Amino acid sequence: MSEKVYINGIGALSSQGQWHHDLFREAKELSRAVTPVNAPSYKGLIAPGMLRRMSSGVKMGIYASQQALDEASISIPEAIITGTGLGCLIDSEKFLHGVLDNQEEFLTPTAFIQSTHNTVAAQIALRLGCNGYNFTYVHRSVSFESALLDALMQLQDDQASTVLVGGVDEISPHTYRLLQLAGQIKQNDRNERVKNSESIGVNYAEGATFFTLSTLRTQTSYAQLVDLTLQHELNKEEVTVLVADFMARQDRDHQLIDALVVGINGDCQYDGYYDEFSRLFDNIPVLYYKHLTGQYDTASAFGLAVAARVLKEQEIPEVLYWNSDRATTGLRNILVYNQFNGKDHSLTLVRVC
Amino acid sequence: MTELKEELKGKIIEVLNLEDVASTDIQDDDALFGEGLGLDSIDALELIVLMDKDYGIKLSDPKNGKAIFESITTMASYISQNRTK
Amino acid sequence: MSKPKVAVTGMGIVSAIGLTVEENLYALLNGRHGVSRLENFSSKWNSDIFVGEIKYTNEQLTGMLALDPGKPYTRTTLLGIYAARQAIRSAGLKDLSGSRTGLISATSVGGMDYTERYFYDYLTDPSLRPYITTHDAGDSSQQIAHDLGINGLVTTISTACSSAANAIMMGARLIASGRLDRVIVGGTDALSKFTINGFNTLMILSDERCRPFDNERKGLNLGEAAAYLILESEESVNAEQKEVLAYLAGYGNANDAFHQTASSADGQGAYLAIGKALKSAGVEASFVDYINVHGTGTVNNDLSEGHALLRTFGEDVPLFSSTKGFTGHTLAAAAAIEAVYSILAIRHDKVFANLNFQHPMQEFSFVPQSTVLQRSIACVLSNSFGFGGNCSTLIFTEQ
Repeated sequence: MSEKVYINGIGALSSQGQWHHDLFREAKELSRAVTPVNAPSYKGLIAPGMLRRMSSGVKMGIYASQQALDEASISIPEAIITGTGLGCLIDSEKFLHGVLDNQEEFLTPTAFIQSTHNTVAAQIALRLGCNGYNFTYVHRSVSFESALLDALMQLQDDQASTVLVGGVDEISPHTYRLLQLAGQIKQNDRNERVKNSESIGVNYAEGATFFTLSTLRTQTSYAQLVDLTLQHELNKEEVTVLVADFMARQDRDHQLIDALVVGINGDCQYDGYYDEFSRLFDNIPVLYYKHLTGQYDTASAFGLAVAARVLKEQEIPEVLYWNSDRATTGLRNILVYNQFNGKDHSLTLVRVC
Repeated sequence: MTELKEELKGKIIEVLNLEDVASTDIQDDDALFGEGLGLDSIDALELIVLMDKDYGIKLSDPKNGKAIFESITTMASYISQNRTK
Repeated sequence: MSKPKVAVTGMGIVSAIGLTVEENLYALLNGRHGVSRLENFSSKWNSDIFVGEIKYTNEQLTGMLALDPGKPYTRTTLLGIYAARQAIRSAGLKDLSGSRTGLISATSVGGMDYTERYFYDYLTDPSLRPYITTHDAGDSSQQIAHDLGINGLVTTISTACSSAANAIMMGARLIASGRLDRVIVGGTDALSKFTINGFNTLMILSDERCRPFDNERKGLNLGEAAAYLILESEESVNAEQKEVLAYLAGYGNANDAFHQTASSADGQGAYLAIGKALKSAGVEASFVDYINVHGTGTVNNDLSEGHALLRTFGEDVPLFSSTKGFTGHTLAAAAAIEAVYSILAIRHDKVFANLNFQHPMQEFSFVPQSTVLQRSIACVLSNSFGFGGNCSTLIFTEQ
């Protein structure tokens, strides 16, 4: 547990477009049950021979990861670690339609090949010619945080000095409809925002968020990634224990939290966890972001990007405020909390650098 | 034969998702794999399914595809001799 | 840097050759393979392919596990619970709650078996809808964790056919870094139409029983299985005076970065993974007594893996065999069941047979061990490679 770990580059694609300086000033709050990614043209970045087989998720992943590497001026990382809750859904569905509609005949391999969960990490490695460690985590709302924990351990334990880590999830029409039937996504006519939500389920979306992490601090580093923890099951009353245990293992100067970033997503059934969490801290800003990105399993990676950006700029964009408490001093430590459906909780501590 | 060749070009572009390629870009004797159109082993598997689905020709060993898929000309001639639909 | 030791204190397995560790061992020692025709569901390919299928229906498994038949358990979950409960019992673990115990499970198909059954019917039949959210890979891990009473760190890895090796590796690192005291690691995958047809489109399914490292090999047989190991820290072992089955001494993962599905001709990814594992175990290549190879029986894998072995060991390749002739290729569970077999090789001083081997590969002078062999085994290296160039190697030792 020796090395310090820094966030040196961020790349993202979401319903708000790509990661850029004016992102939060231009951002529009989402109110529809599903919003697709606002994607740029991928031509030029990805070779046509590869592009022709890629679904939206792979393209998003490659775009966001390249942006994260470029920001950190890294050409090939030593490890690539991704998280995805539902994997390459578009190709899974495409192949499944083929199996079911043609009675297992005339099937072609491309969709099957691309349906594998580790496709994004593999395609990034293939494109960069990166022979390093390559992992993919697929566990719902801790898919990204599992990848992040792995990356943090790689860097702290001196296995690597630069790691590319990210999360990506894509929408596909049939699964979207099924998740709506299962009550996870709001009905099409609800038109609610996260702040005025009165129904169960979420506004759904897709996106990719990547980070270049390094043990070397640079002039342009965003923040220091201090620690994180994952907890599978938790009652609302136990949030306080999770936080207390996590904070107890931090150094003293990391224990004063100046702002919170929470994964509130407008699902009335489970947002109470965030109220419990926020109550543990007095009079500090609480920031949210899923009103801009929508909910998807790896949307929480964007929450980390928000925390890193706020620490670097020492300024909180107005659109991110959940409560009315404003920062009174400099922002040093930010605690990020996420869960989904009351399960798969994560706490991530980031610090100014 | 010319008609079959044109048909094949259209199908290849569609099946393999060759967005930036037009039928007129593919010459009858151009190599489809490697240096020419740049197709690879996954494309070969796609073409094997195309042969089965559209022309009723079953190739059980991908290795046999190599000579057949050399160019539009070789493909067209194999299809015209072996098609069952 | 000297790495803290990671002990294996328990294991559980369910595969086509047995429902327990003992049954699997018996089958391995007596050459009883479990590769047969597909029976549990109907597919266009029932009479064309062979599979390593577990001959119990979901209803039977639910009954054997005494689970509520009204709840939505996928086959991947049922197999996973079956193997994980055994592992817990074998390690004598009681209370698994709290932040010092974790579960890292691997799967590639997840709940695809029910998704492919109800994909369209979900739209019209509300009674089926509880299965909708069993589709994702995380569901099986969540159900296993719930069944075992694990509420701390639970996550899932999916890197195709190397998945379980990577779950084992991550678990070991969590213990080595001091974050966990004990962790249940392994993988589970059920057969499905989706994977059978997927591998079929790649034309790598054999219409015979697979023949790994045979010059006339025609492809792989798919299988289904689940297996879990209990990994514990040295402190945890000492505190409770536990019996150690073996140690996970080293591990490595690398990417071939060559092709989305095929392996490079020179086995670069595999070579790097083996090298990393040897380095992490702190042992020379000559220390390895037996290699449980990935050996799927496809033309491409065995050639690529053979080159990686040649590059690592020169002409002195240790005794090696693929056990996929017994079980079929069980995808995300493969590295977990083969970890169990590697540990059994150490505990019983046996090299298991590479079934169906007849003709040496023309490219190599070495051949797999084709009969079961008694030999002192102190160190086993196990390879697992997956789509996306994902190459993983684990090293188990007696001491």
